[in-house]
Amino acid sequence: MSRISALLARETALAWGRGGGPLVSVGFYAGVATLLPLAIGPEAQRLAAIAPGAAWVALALASLLSLDRLFERDFEDGALDLLTLSSTPLELTCAIKCLSQWLATGAPLALAAPIAAIGLGAPPALAPLIFACALVGGLAFAFTGGIGAALSLGARRGGLLTAVIVLPLFVPPVIFGGGALDAFASGLGWTAGFALLCAYAAAAVALGPLAMAAACRNALA
Amino acid sequence: MIPAPAFLSNPERFMAFSRWAAPMFGLIAAILGLAGLYLGFSAPDDYQQGATVRIMFIHVPAAWLSMFVYGCLAVASLLSLIFRHALADAAAQAAAPLGAGFTFLALVTGSLWGRPMWGTWWVWDARLTSVLVLFLFYLAYIALRAALDDEAKAARACAILALVGAVNLPVVHYSVVWWNSLHQGASVFRADGPAMPPVFLIPLLLMSLAYMAAFGALWLVSIRGEVWRRRAEAAALRAARS
Amino acid sequence: MLKLRPGRWAGVITALQLRGVAVSRGGRRLFSGLDLDLAPGEVCALTGANGAGKTSLLRTIAGLSAPDMGDIGFGGADPGDARQGGLHLLGHLDGLKAARTTREELTFWSRWGGAASDGADQAVTALALGGLLDLEVRRLSAGQRRRLALARLLAAPRPLWLLDEPLSPLDAAWRARFGAVMQAHLAGGGMILAAVHDPLPIPARSLALEAAA
Repeated sequence: MSRISALLARETALAWGRGGGPLVSVGFYAGVATLLPLAIGPEAQRLAAIAPGAAWVALALASLLSLDRLFERDFEDGALDLLTLSSTPLELTCAIKCLSQWLATGAPLALAAPIAAIGLGAPPALAPLIFACALVGGLAFAFTGGIGAALSLGARRGGLLTAVIVLPLFVPPVIFGGGALDAFASGLGWTAGFALLCAYAAAAVALGPLAMAAACRNALA
Repeated sequence: MIPAPAFLSNPERFMAFSRWAAPMFGLIAAILGLAGLYLGFSAPDDYQQGATVRIMFIHVPAAWLSMFVYGCLAVASLLSLIFRHALADAAAQAAAPLGAGFTFLALVTGSLWGRPMWGTWWVWDARLTSVLVLFLFYLAYIALRAALDDEAKAARACAILALVGAVNLPVVHYSVVWWNSLHQGASVFRADGPAMPPVFLIPLLLMSLAYMAAFGALWLVSIRGEVWRRRAEAAALRAARS
Repeated sequence: MLKLRPGRWAGVITALQLRGVAVSRGGRRLFSGLDLDLAPGEVCALTGANGAGKTSLLRTIAGLSAPDMGDIGFGGADPGDARQGGLHLLGHLDGLKAARTTREELTFWSRWGGAASDGADQAVTALALGGLLDLEVRRLSAGQRRRLALARLLAAPRPLWLLDEPLSPLDAAWRARFGAVMQAHLAGGGMILAAVHDPLPIPARSLALEAAA
């Protein structure tokens, strides 16, 4: 247990510092949310219509940012060898790395998401739901993203490759979260979409580490 | 269609089999394709869609094949992952560009068909969107294969990705259907629509079989090419050391 | 000068046996038919030209990759258990993060290795890391970094040490001191397999890797 808490502390500290950590993610997110009205026009009606969806998809993009370094640094400096050679299963180690990634970037982004959505003109009543969606969706993004990060270990142009691998995996959570927000905004039942998002996140947390561990072992062999 | 893996797992037997099987599949594809096209173009115009219905004979088999080839890719990847079998990996590697090609054909012909039918090149319909995501999966597979230098590692990484995709694609399809029903009510495009008269059904089936045979021929040829390339590389490596 | 605690690892790894091991890298066979026996208290220096497969052999013994052929045994212990709790692998790469302090890294790796609460302190004393604890790893010299990496071996005692060029960044004085550390490990019943270019500072038999015919 002490081993796992030590790993969680270390990984969170590293994720916090990785490529600027939460500050860069939130900064990127704020930048996208600022560019949108500039591209679409300041017309409040039009902006309000797309606000929840725009805030949501910007979140998916922002969660890609530091993903490629999730395993790569440990792979390059040899730490992944030592993390693998342990009585802690590599699957659990991978899960903890993704959890730390989520703590360091997903959670701060979840705090920023309602602000961005309201700034774009979404009704303030949407804030709790977009926060919840961002929190759960961030978990799904971190755990599916980890698969892409682990698979592109040792590849040329690993960062771009990670994004190419991961974006198709982001389709269901983007749809479920966007659907829940859209339904809420138009006064329909949002629980179905949110429940599906939770289910996808749970499946990603359960199955993602298996693929990540297999990919890491393959990269190290 | 999927060759019995146990029989063909022996590379020598595979090469002997594919040497005559590939041209034979090609011949079958040509015959069925010509027959299908002839029947398809001599069929009467559809009372609703007019002559554009003929795009169906090109489009629908391509869409079916895009999914069928992914199935082949996933099975070959699973075999390569479990048995570390080089031929299974060569089969997976060869299937990916073919699958991407069929998917691309399905998307382009779908778009060409959509223009006269729906008045727009693209509709965010459930089927179209999931085929688009399938295409992205093929691209990711090909990109990953190209980016990893060590072939044994590339083989395993790609196999893992193919299986991740196999788990995820049904979810993508379901999510897109759900999203579609949320946004636009009934779908524009219903392939299961009214029962198809035999005059359309027969050419469609012929074309589907032709596509299958064409895929079989191309797949075998590219697996053979991959086997030859690997043999040549191994020989070059041996020559460099001696 | 140094007391390690012998016997704490009793039963994990009591020997290392290689039988007819063949290893490939990137599709190229590096060597084949390799036999080796290592008993408690024994040290073996692994020699061979660059690219002969020294690093690959150590990684294969550690279980990071699989041999093409042959068997790797740990004196009857279950290979999975043996590798998880019975050996240390020290590669060229030290797995240290430049932005973290010596203390943070040492504490983490000691806990990760399952060290006793005073394990890290023992390593600090043995390798004279006391003055470096609050420095970030990026400020350490190559020799100091290596000492920090070696501290893992001492913090969490394990019987089998697989060392890849352990001495290269160390100066003559530290090579001698690390020789004493290795001798203490052997005296406690440990085993060492070290890939080296320069001879080890302690008497050791050697095994030369030669390319497969």
